[in-house]
Amino acid sequence: MQVLITIVSLGVFCLLAEIFNLRKLLVPVTVIGLLAILGISLNLWAIDPSIDSNYASMIAVDKFSNAFNSLFIVLTIFLVALSGDFYKEHQTKISDFIAIKVFLLAGAVAMVSFSNLAMFFLGIEVLSISLYVLAASKRLDIKSNEAGMKYFLLGSFASGIILFGICLIYGATGYFNVAEIKDLSSGAGIPVWFPIGMVLMIIGMLFKIAAAPFHFWAPDVYEGSPSITTATMSTLAKVVAMATLYKLLSGLSSELIPTFEMVIVVVSILSMTIGNIMALRQDNVKRMLAFSGISHAGFMLMAILSLSTAAGTLLYYTAAYALAGIASFAVIIAVTRDSGNELTENFNGLGKSNPLLAAVLTASLLSMAGIPIFSGFFAKFMLFSDAIKAGYLFLVIVGVINSIISVGYYFKLILAMYTKEASAEKPAVPAVYYLVAVSAIVLNIALGLYPSLVMNLLN
Amino acid sequence: MNNILNQIGIENYIFLSVLLFCIGVFGVLYRRNAIIVFMSIEIMLNAVNLLFVAFSTYHQDAEGQVFVFFSMAVAAAEVAVGLAILVSVFRNLGSIDIDNLKNLKG
Repeated sequence: MQVLITIVSLGVFCLLAEIFNLRKLLVPVTVIGLLAILGISLNLWAIDPSIDSNYASMIAVDKFSNAFNSLFIVLTIFLVALSGDFYKEHQTKISDFIAIKVFLLAGAVAMVSFSNLAMFFLGIEVLSISLYVLAASKRLDIKSNEAGMKYFLLGSFASGIILFGICLIYGATGYFNVAEIKDLSSGAGIPVWFPIGMVLMIIGMLFKIAAAPFHFWAPDVYEGSPSITTATMSTLAKVVAMATLYKLLSGLSSELIPTFEMVIVVVSILSMTIGNIMALRQDNVKRMLAFSGISHAGFMLMAILSLSTAAGTLLYYTAAYALAGIASFAVIIAVTRDSGNELTENFNGLGKSNPLLAAVLTASLLSMAGIPIFSGFFAKFMLFSDAIKAGYLFLVIVGVINSIISVGYYFKLILAMYTKEASAEKPAVPAVYYLVAVSAIVLNIALGLYPSLVMNLLN
Repeated sequence: MNNILNQIGIENYIFLSVLLFCIGVFGVLYRRNAIIVFMSIEIMLNAVNLLFVAFSTYHQDAEGQVFVFFSMAVAAAEVAVGLAILVSVFRNLGSIDIDNLKNLKG
């Protein structure tokens, strides 16, 4: 709860900074504030994981929520650091952009630490509404408008479905409190509304994760939004939605029924395959990463299949994926900030003109593809071994084949950087992009070298 | 109040809400005017609010009615953002037909 309160106060501070004319200081102060909040969140580690009853049991601070909160705060620090330069043309609005990002983090924290469905619903709405604003924030660009509109329509449609699910669960049990619902859900004589409500809620969450067959909005929205918003959606928002789905399923029902496991297997296979096959024929980098995100959603869904033990693996996979995503987006924003589009041609010859950025982008793409040394490999390895232990050999075979396919489109970009000639001279890149890109990839490699750092946190 | 609910039966409230919800869903899927799509989303959310209140009386529990306040506030915030996006779309395109939004493809 302290984390949530401090994040919201930081957001209010960002809005007030506009009045007191502190725009120049805003980004550094927000980053320092977020680092302090990260400290608070890590400090709560030692606390007894019982439900905090002082807040009408709305928020449960346990190891799971604490670990994911810390990950979200780290991602937001990177995103806020990048926004300083990204919005330098819009100095008068910068406090709004930063404040929206901080409130988005508040929504994310509420989503993984809920112990009452009201908190879950409010968190998901705070997160989504902030993202609708950010997606449409390039007001004069028709593509950004279109992305915002599409995201808004499908996002609020999904919210409606989630709300209907919550309502049916309330009708079946008479409680919004997750612990009480779990007690009642295992008992006999629960009305048929309960499973229907669960299914509706899961469908809504799959919309938010962008897993196939609910993925069709993602490529358009990712391509049209401003690049920094795309980075937020593909790293922070996806990781938040995945962690929430995991917490929702493990919190509300004691075990999954076999039919439902079959559905998760099918959704996972579909997302991996559709995402990877469609990514092969994209020439826009943002669109390619959108499809790559869909296939990663398929991989992450494997963690749902071993619900009681996979929390550590899910944390590791999401951390590896999100850090690689931040590093690659820092490079993509740095390279395409003056060109107005994100086609692969922009990256031609980057290996010669800017070797450091090219190396970071290569490393992050290799991590996403799952090549050893980088944490992406160990993340996939542990996910697959969990799935084999749970008895899903076929799923793992499909996953391995998909990892091989994914190397194809990641290498398309890497080859463009190192084998083609640059068409135009690139202007100098501000230092903040180097800082963010290098620190994200260093964290990623550190996770790859010491997987036990994260894996043992939740066991 | 509980007496009326007993006479009508909770099932009928559920049927009514599902019916309203489906009207909203089909409105979102088939109408092309953005304002009407927004109204359909509102119908979906309000169908759920109706069911919340019915369940709240059914369980003799005030929590459901409190949740309706939350969901109404959220729906208002959501539609305010949606209308702002719609205004900027209208300024750029001169129309609010969502079929015109097809610059992003691939």
